[in-house]
Parts: sequence; C-alpha cells; structure tokens
Amino acid sequence: MKPAAGWEKTCSVFIFRGVMKDGYEHGRQERGVSMKGKGNYLVIALVLLLFVLPLVVDSNYILSVLIIMGLYTIVVQGLGILMGYAGQVSLGHAAFFGLGAYSVAVLTTRLSWPEVFALLGAAVVPGIIAAVIGRPTLKLRELYLAMGTLGFGLLVHIGFNEAHSLTGGPSGMSGIPYLTLGHLVLDTDFKFYYLVWAVVLLVMLVIKNLTASRTGRALRAVSESEYAAESVGIDTAGLKLKAMVFSAVLAGLAGGLYAYYVTFVSPATFGFHASVQFVLMAVVGGPGTLAGPAAGAALVVALGEFLRWLIPLIIPGAGGEYEIIFFGLILAVVMVLCPRGLGTISSYFPRFSGEGSTKPAGVLPDIKDKGGIP
Amino acid sequence: MKKLIRNKGILLLVILVLAVGLLAAGCGGEETSGSGGEPYRIGAVVDISGNSSSLGIPERDTLLMLVEELNAKGGIDGYPVELTILDNKSDETEAVMAVKKLIQKDVLVVLGCSASGTSMAMIDSVQKAEVPMISMAAASSIVEPASQRKWIFKTAQSDIVTAENIVQYLKEKGLTKVAFLYMNNAYGDGGKTAFAAAAGEQGIEIVTEEKFEAGDKDMTPQLTRVKASGAQATIIWAIPPSASIVTKNYRDLGLSMPLIHSHGVGNDKFIELAQGAAEGVILPIGKLTVADQIPDEDPQKQVLQEYIAQYQAKYGMPPVSFGGYAADAFNLAVNAIAKAGRNRGAIRDELEKTNGFVGISGVFNMNREDHNGLGADSMVLVEIKDGRWQLLQ
Amino acid sequence: MSEQLLQLLFSGLTLGSIYALMALALVTTFNISGVMNLAQGEFAAIGALLAVTLSGAGIPLPASFAAAVIMVAAAGGIMERAAIHPARGASGLTLILITIGLSISLRGLALLVWGTDTYSLPPFSRGGPLFIGGAALNLQSLWVMGLVAAAVTGLHFFLNGTYTGKAVKASVINRTGARLVGINVGTVSFWAFVGSGALGAAAGIFIAPIAMAVYDMGFMLGIKGFVAAAIGGLNNAAGAVLGGLLLGVLEAYGAGLVSSGLKDAFAIIVLMSILLVRPEGILGALGERKI
Repeated sequence: MKPAAGWEKTCSVFIFRGVMKDGYEHGRQERGVSMKGKGNYLVIALVLLLFVLPLVVDSNYILSVLIIMGLYTIVVQGLGILMGYAGQVSLGHAAFFGLGAYSVAVLTTRLSWPEVFALLGAAVVPGIIAAVIGRPTLKLRELYLAMGTLGFGLLVHIGFNEAHSLTGGPSGMSGIPYLTLGHLVLDTDFKFYYLVWAVVLLVMLVIKNLTASRTGRALRAVSESEYAAESVGIDTAGLKLKAMVFSAVLAGLAGGLYAYYVTFVSPATFGFHASVQFVLMAVVGGPGTLAGPAAGAALVVALGEFLRWLIPLIIPGAGGEYEIIFFGLILAVVMVLCPRGLGTISSYFPRFSGEGSTKPAGVLPDIKDKGGIP
Repeated sequence: MKKLIRNKGILLLVILVLAVGLLAAGCGGEETSGSGGEPYRIGAVVDISGNSSSLGIPERDTLLMLVEELNAKGGIDGYPVELTILDNKSDETEAVMAVKKLIQKDVLVVLGCSASGTSMAMIDSVQKAEVPMISMAAASSIVEPASQRKWIFKTAQSDIVTAENIVQYLKEKGLTKVAFLYMNNAYGDGGKTAFAAAAGEQGIEIVTEEKFEAGDKDMTPQLTRVKASGAQATIIWAIPPSASIVTKNYRDLGLSMPLIHSHGVGNDKFIELAQGAAEGVILPIGKLTVADQIPDEDPQKQVLQEYIAQYQAKYGMPPVSFGGYAADAFNLAVNAIAKAGRNRGAIRDELEKTNGFVGISGVFNMNREDHNGLGADSMVLVEIKDGRWQLLQ
Repeated sequence: MSEQLLQLLFSGLTLGSIYALMALALVTTFNISGVMNLAQGEFAAIGALLAVTLSGAGIPLPASFAAAVIMVAAAGGIMERAAIHPARGASGLTLILITIGLSISLRGLALLVWGTDTYSLPPFSRGGPLFIGGAALNLQSLWVMGLVAAAVTGLHFFLNGTYTGKAVKASVINRTGARLVGINVGTVSFWAFVGSGALGAAAGIFIAPIAMAVYDMGFMLGIKGFVAAAIGGLNNAAGAVLGGLLLGVLEAYGAGLVSSGLKDAFAIIVLMSILLVRPEGILGALGERKI
C-alpha cells in the first residue's frame, strides 16, 4: 500500500465531498452540465437495490453469485484503471488475485495472524510485488507488455504449485478461518455479501475521486499519448507504476476476500484463464469508465449462469459444450460490434449521445499500423 | 458530459444484467430427473465440462441411469428420488457456488465432485451446512483427518490403496530402488505423498523424483534423469494423454526396467494412445476393468457384471471406473436414506455405519476413522498384454 | 553426460519445432493483417482432430490430411471475413480479444464434436527411433522439423519470388502505399488467415503422432507460440522460428538439468530477461514491419 500513499491522501479528501455534492458525476473537470439529473436517482436506486436484495431474496445461491460478481468487480476496477487510464494491458492479473488469496491462506493457517491483518497482508503483498516488477515490466510496450505480464502470471502460478511447504502445492490449502471483524464472524453468505459490496462501493468511490483528481487527469493524458504527457511534465513511468500497484492492491484485496469466502485456495483458480477473464470483463464493460468494470464483471458472471439455465431449455440434454461455444461467440460479437465495451453502448444511439464528439475514455493500447504509414 | 450520459447507459445495463442474472438463477440451471409427490432430493456436483470432464461425463451418465432405474422401481419406499446434477466446469469456485445452490434446494446428500481439487473446495460449505457429501475423487485428504471431515465420505479408492498395492508388488519382486514420475497436479501430488509413505515403510528407496505438466508433449528430459539414476523400476503417476506420451518416450529411450503405472491409466484410451508402448505395463486397478477375469467366488463379481451389462445396454459401451465411483456414491446414499429417512444427521450416521456394502470399487467398511472404507483388496494388479488387461496372479 | 545433453537437445528441438510452427503462423498473420490471432492453436487442434476423423472413416492418410488442411484453411478465411474484417478499425487489443472469443468458441465446438477423448495419429514413417551418439531421435520429430524448414522456405520463396508475394510484402511494409498502387489490403488479410489456417492445421497433424490430439490442445500451443513469437521479435519470421526453437531447448534443458517442476519457470525467466534487455525481441526491430 505504501507506494500508493500519495493517492490515498488525495482520495480521502475527495471521498466525502465527491459523493455528497456531485452524486454520480464522473470526471469533475468535465462538469459543464447539471449533474442533478436521472443519474443521481439511478445510483441511489442501484445502491438501494444492492442493499435490499439479500433481505428479500432468500437464496444462498443468488447471494453467492452476487458475491463472486462483487469480488471480480473489485479486481476489474483496478484493471480498468491500469487499462483505461494508464493504457497498459495486463494478462497476468490473476497472479495478483492469487497472491492476495494465498497471503490470507498462509498468514492465517501457517502463521496464525489475526484475520484482519491477514487481509491487509493480502493487499500489501501483491502491491509490493507489483512495485518491484512494475518498473522493468512497464518499459515493455503493447504486445510485449502483454507477453511480459503473461509471463509474470505464469511464473506466479508455477510458484503456487512448487512452493509446496508454503502453499500445499497443486492440492491447495484448506482450513482457512472465517473473517472476523471484532465480534462479527462472517460465516454466512448473507454477512459476506454486505462486506463485499461495501468494499466494492468504497473502491468505486475512491476511484471516482481519484480519476477526477489531478492524478486521474495525468493518467488519462498518459493513455492518450505517452509522449505528449511526458512533454508537459508528467512523470509517465511513475504514474504507470502507481496505476499498476493500485490495481495489484485491489486484485490482492479481492483475492484475500475470496480466500475468506471459499475458505479453500488452489493454484487452478489463478491461472491464465482467470487473467483472460478479468481482461474480458474490463473490456466488455469498458475500461476507463467507473461503472464499466462492474457491468463487465456482472455481465460475464451472469451470462455464464444465464446460459447454463437457458441452453438446456433450447437444446435438451445439452452439456457445457454449448455454453462454451455461445460464451465465446457472444464475447466475439460484443467486441466486433462495440469494441470499446458495452459500457459505451449508449453513445451508439444518437438520442443518448451529447453534442460533444469526445473519444470515449476507454482507449486501449493501439498496436496497429505502427510505423506503417510514413 | 458525454461521459455522464454514457454512465447512465452503464447503470441501466447493470440493472438489466442483475435482473437477467437473478431470473436465470431463480429458475435454476440443472438437469433434474424424477417427479411425483414428496421426493427424496439428492444433489450432485460433477465435473461435466472442463479439464476433468473425462471423469465427470461417465459419472453423470451412470447417475442418470441409476436414478431412472430406481424411480422406475418405485423409488425409496414408494417415494421417487429427485436427483439434481450440476456442472462445476472443473472449477473450484463454480463447485462452491453449485453446492450452495444444492444446499439451498434442501438436498439430503451431495454427491461429488469428480476431481480432488473441486471436491476439496466444497468441503467447507457442506460441513457448515451439515449436509453429508460423498466424493468420487481419489485424494485421501478429502476424508482425512477424519476429525475434521465429519460429513465427508468418498467412494474412489484412496491413493494409499494404490500405493500399497504397488509397494507390495515391488517387495515381492525384490526391487528396492525406484524412480518416481508424476503429473504436476492434485492427482499426481496425492500419489507422490501416498507412495513415499508406503515405500518408506517397506524400505524402498526413491532414487529420483520427477514431474511433468498435464499438457506436456515430451517427457524425454525427465526420463534421461531416470535413466541416469540407477533405478530398478519406474513408477508413473499420471492420467492419459500425458501418461501415454511418457510411456512412449520411455520405450523410445530404450529403458527396459519394469514400468508401473497408477490406476489413473485404467482405461482403454491409455493403451490406444500409447500405440503399442503400453505392452508390459503393470498397474493396480479396480476390479471393474477385469470383471470377466476375476474368480467367481469374488463377492463383487455379480455386482460388477450387472453394472457392466446395464451400462452397456444403455450407452452402447462398457463403463469405466469413474462411472463405478458414481454408482457406489449413489447406492450408498440411497441405502442410507432408506434407513434414515429425511434427516441429514441420521443419513450421515448411517453412512458411517456402512459395513460389508458390496460396491463396484470394492467392499465398503466404514467407521469413525475411515470414511472411505476400502482396503488394499479393493484393487488387483494387471499387466497390459496384447493391448488387453491381464490379471496378474 | 554428453549423451544426456544430446538427448535433451533432440527433445528440445522437437518441442521447439512445434512452437516454431505456431509462432511462424502467428507472426505471418500478425504482420499482414495486424491481428495477433490467439485462435491459432485451435486451428492446429481442429486440423489434427479432423485428420483423425477422416482417416478413421477409411480415407487414406495423405488424402485425409490434405482435406483437413483445406477445411481449416477455409475456416480461417471465414473467420477473417466474419469477425476480423468488420472490426478492422479497432485497436490491437480489441482484435486479440475477438480472437480469444473465437478460440473459446472453436474449443467448445471441438468439444461438442470430438468430446474430451484424446486421439492419436500413426507416425508418418515406420520404425523405431534413430540413435545418434547414443541419443534417441524420433522419426516423427524429423517430420516436424522438416515442416518447419518447408514452411520457412516456402514463405521466403513466396514473398520474394512471386508477384503476389511481393504485393503482400508491400502491404506489410506500408498499407497506405500498397493501397495507393492498387493492392487490395483487405484481400491480403483474408489470404493471410487462410494461409495461417492451413499452416496451423498442418502443424497440428504433424505433431499429433507425438503430442496426440485433444480438443483443448490448442490453448497451450497458442500461448507457447505467442511467447516464442514475442521472443523472436513479432515482426520477423526468422525470429519466430528461432524463438520457438530456443523456447523448446530451454524447456528441455530446464527439465533435464535444473528441475522438472521449474522447467516452465526456467524458460520464462530466461525469455523475460531477453525481453527486458531487448524489448523488441531477438531479431525484431522496433517500428519496423517485415516478414
């Protein structure tokens, strides 16, 4: 958490002001139109819905789906900052998620740390590792960066498998205790749901204020053009590193919560597939927007559950194969039709889009035509 | 301000997604069979898709076959059995979510999962909800230590049973130095631990220990180390296709010492993929594979032949051991429900009291300390000869 | 010891040739169309599985191989028209994600058709391994290495010796310029996918006797090919082959001499160090595109 200390300060100042005054305003610098519109009500409605849901829905299954959605949202929020604002892709984010989960597992079962401290460890450990590997890795660009982060993810995954005495090897670790906050033991989905979504809302609040701050604007400048950003005096390397550390901390935090939720960790959960899934969630939702990551995580998780329900109705006796096919196809179609993420879908309809023609913020690293055009 | 408008779009989207997700979730997504009043509910979480699907698919098929048969016969005491089978996609997180859904549906017993990793992931949830669970996976850590596995049982022979059989064979042949190769996953890992323990007891020395990944295409490098190690026999703990590839590499390198595999290669696919290299391989295996060769006085003979005939008739191919694990899990559960009724605690107690239950994988004798209940006699040693399984005397 | 080292080299070159084939197809497509096609491994898987099915249906081996290659090449072309062409203006990462989506679908399709069973093809030539200096070399390995050599030579001849090849080269070097002189860049991209489909299927078929064929084999192949391509330099066919061979040899020596559990880690660490010293890959040059 150390390297992000500067951010924290900025954030804490904005948290309260931000939420009280501006509602759902995104990007303070762009305030030119009244924010007190439908956006506000929607946010309130959504938060209320989130709050009331467990009280009316009496199903552990639905709660567990929503908890997983929440955990992924935390990871994807961080990834969204890295991809959407700093313009850097990571194909190894499952490693940070896994490092967080294993931190909790190891600290609680092997070292008997109090649960809350172990959770802090889950955020700090990936943060430190990101700070260490960040500088050399972020020198790489575009596909080479993808390759570098992929390599990092694979290395960490191998580490989980090989550090037998610490991680239990491929068989994983069980016996992780429940998270205890004071006298409150989070041993049911009902309690865990509130914890996870409280964290999600907190994270979104922090990010909302962060992106509206000077740092956020600088980050966006980096994603638009690194050279231009540098020429106006922005420390691009430092900023990218901070974004990397920040996203690693969030992924680790989510991983730690995951470990407390499932109370079992094994390397299989944190492989390359998971990394790809996180990137997909970020991109589907639209990185560089606030609600995009939440929408992406929700969509990907819900789509999986939805297909599992729908397909046997259409094709009797169908197994998981059809789900995989449709899942892949839907993702491909989404990317073909709205390459900047579903979060930007409204800008395709003239009725919704404003008069400005600003490029959506979810600018992804462009690797086409490098040097091709004279 | 374009951003603001876009955010609104996102919000609408989130709400839509949540609504759709909840609809889907509420409606469920399972294969349910059995109907009629007041059914007994049994749930199963099986690795139907993903990495372990070769285990899960025969298990699902067996379960569907058995529940259909049972309900055709009138179910338990005239009440039908409603079996809900969920797919965990060979993923731990999905397994946890699936078992929670089952518990929500008030199932009396949970069967599953197919693989060790997914089974381990569900343990905590079922223990917390106090629902008995019968796993179909190999790792002994699923039911051990018994003090922490009050609600967990399993039907597949533990690694330790396989390891004991191999060690016994090595001892008979007077082989004391062995090389051990294993697949780098929960299966191979469990095998390594079990074998090291069994070998240590009998004074057999493991001179080299090598591993390979499930997706590896060439294990020659590992085998060059085996070649240089001075071992008298090689033990490989893996499943096809990597088990077939390593066997081919073994023959290509001209290694001639005895090659012993684990029960993980106990299906015809292993022989087919090894393309002749499997000749002479020795392995311990459940009796299902050599049901026609075991002596008539064996208590399991009749049970095995009935299951094979039934499966063959329904699916047009002979069953594999994984289906047997599912059959045992289902029958144990039905037996316990028949005795204990609709009380999860009583069902658990009945499962623990299982004694002399003749199943596909062996004769089960469970107790407080042993929630698997299978001994070394639940397996036999076979040698692969002319592409067929030949019982070793 | 020297015998063991030689054995490991053979093993590494066999593996390396497999990776090199994947990397070659990836790099060629990438440079021509600007798409890093992560569904490349699926081409290999489906090619191999199709060949298994066709030869199982009684069609002679060479004919079923050819048919499988043609079918996958066609699938590559269809894929380009259906998914890549409509999104050609999108960023590189978006295009990668499209190909990931397609690879997931293709894997699901393969699962549907062939199930989870693993299949194998008989070796192309009969006979046991050759023994050179006491080390065994599988005959099928020679076939795979031969395919790499043939693919590289064929590509070289095509690009430098034929009119069409020169047009392709022109559109790689400068898209706008190529368009100005009347080259249809979109068509070139289409044929790149057809070609990489064919090469991928051929690779899958050639390695099937060694590595087997199973519906999900494409995933690891694609990843290893991507790693090899990045190491060699993404804009360089020779680099791709070199990267592939290097990756294979590193893995073999890592497994044989360091630790079998850490062999992938060993290979990745060495390769990442290369990347950090030369971020553009061994033979790559930043800001320049060639094949």
